Amino acid sequence: MSGGSLLSGADESVVRFENVGMRYGVGPEVLSDVSFAIAPHSFQFLTGPSGAGKTTLLRLILLSARPSRGLVSLFGEEVSGISSQRLTGLRRRMGVVFQDFRLLDHLTTYENVALPLRVQGRAETSYRAEVVELLRWVGLGERMHVLPPLLSGGEKQRAAIARALIARPELLLADEPTGNVDPQLGRRLLRLFIELNRLGTSVLIATHDHALMDLVDARRFVLGNNHLRIEG
Amino acid sequence: MSAGPERAPAEPAALPQSLRRNAPLVPTDGSASRALAAVIAILTFLAALCAGAAEIVASSAAQWQGAVSQEVTIQVRPGPGRDTEADVARAVALAKEAPGIAGTRALSKTESEHLLEPWLGSGLDLGELPVPRLITVRLAGAGTPADLPALRARLAEALPGAASLDDHALWLSRLSTMAHTFVGIGVGVVALVLVATGLAVTFATRGAMAGNREVVEVLHFVGAGDDYIAREFQRRFFRLGLRGGAVGAGAALALLALAAWLARLWRASPAGDEIEALFGGFEISWRGYASVVLIGVIASVVTGVVSRLTVRRFLA
Repeated sequence: MSGGSLLSGADESVVRFENVGMRYGVGPEVLSDVSFAIAPHSFQFLTGPSGAGKTTLLRLILLSARPSRGLVSLFGEEVSGISSQRLTGLRRRMGVVFQDFRLLDHLTTYENVALPLRVQGRAETSYRAEVVELLRWVGLGERMHVLPPLLSGGEKQRAAIARALIARPELLLADEPTGNVDPQLGRRLLRLFIELNRLGTSVLIATHDHALMDLVDARRFVLGNNHLRIEG
Repeated sequence: MSAGPERAPAEPAALPQSLRRNAPLVPTDGSASRALAAVIAILTFLAALCAGAAEIVASSAAQWQGAVSQEVTIQVRPGPGRDTEADVARAVALAKEAPGIAGTRALSKTESEHLLEPWLGSGLDLGELPVPRLITVRLAGAGTPADLPALRARLAEALPGAASLDDHALWLSRLSTMAHTFVGIGVGVVALVLVATGLAVTFATRGAMAGNREVVEVLHFVGAGDDYIAREFQRRFFRLGLRGGAVGAGAALALLALAAWLARLWRASPAGDEIEALFGGFEISWRGYASVVLIGVIASVVTGVVSRLTVRRFLA
């Protein structure tokens, strides 16, 4: 594996931020001098008070926002000026669970979960069993034909998680994934993330649920006063 | 719960058909879609009618031209001290001698007088009037072209001031100019209508993009490229265009067929003969119907392609 250049050898990280600053419009910086790296197969939490910039940081990783300054690299690729085709390629290597789920209301639970595979142009028969199995695993086997508006908050969350996992991403980003479920289900979902991490996916979970974080011995990225501090 | 989560490669058989629902990824907003389909239907209808009318004019004009250009007419005017019958016979003989002439027929005096009946009324004794006599000359066709200027010169030489040759050239050129103008106007109107369809689709697509911003964002996050999203919009709008185009072209076809049927009914009446003489036999050829169908198809294709381009520009 030493065939790559020195630079790419130095940049094995799944995500690397170097002195990243972010401001919306002409407002003050919501993130200042943020530097961190997410290694392959690693598990970490992102925490901090509400409004500290957790969601903004996730958006920067997802490339739905561009940094005002600093460098962002994903899977060893520096992303400023990236083509839309490459962008699509990078996004297919990530799975994301949004705080507000963002399920498509006109598609059934099954179709929502199958979406990442469908947009890759795969035939429905090639992934049907896989999707159904995952739906059963997250406890939505009986609800797969239901449209999201008829799902409870917890069911929506599990559907959103299943959608993020179905394409076996190399990096999973989750924004408050246990915010709408009871502690027992929260722990079950956490076990799912840990299991996924063991299988090789890097996981970043944004949460301010300390009880949840205490269950896992993992690094914590703590956001406060626009700066990022790494604990553990 | 025993059928639970264990792996089953043959799983699809156990799954209900409803899983294959595969709804369009871009939601179809009922009222806006219906309005756009209606606009496309109306525009297609107008364009198709226009094309049908242009086709009728073009084919009628071609019929007339085909019939008229196969014939020329020699007119023999009676003059004081001339033997009109002899002049007619001389003109017929001259015409028969000329190359490229398939046949001649001299209208008799009675027939010539009959031609005047519509204007002068029947029962008049026209014997005293100097009624011109007509000789119709059939041309052999493309194989042996007739030298009409030579025939005209010889007629003028043999029967100066009495005989003249009318090859309908002026009339034919006016007819063809008129027919071309009509067809040109038809093509122009069809083009305008298609441009209008494109603009309507552009606005509708922009509206749909704005209304589905959330959906587009989610599609991006789950790994859909711009091209994929543009294709989804194209599919949705192509279907709308197909529906609108089918309704519009179908209505135009029905109207044209009805008009042709009515024209056939009228033709049986006395007035029908005059209408037919004036406008030709209001017949729509298969080409007419085909162009109507084609316009319906083009309208749907324009709808799909324009929406795709609009989305691509919007996403870029």
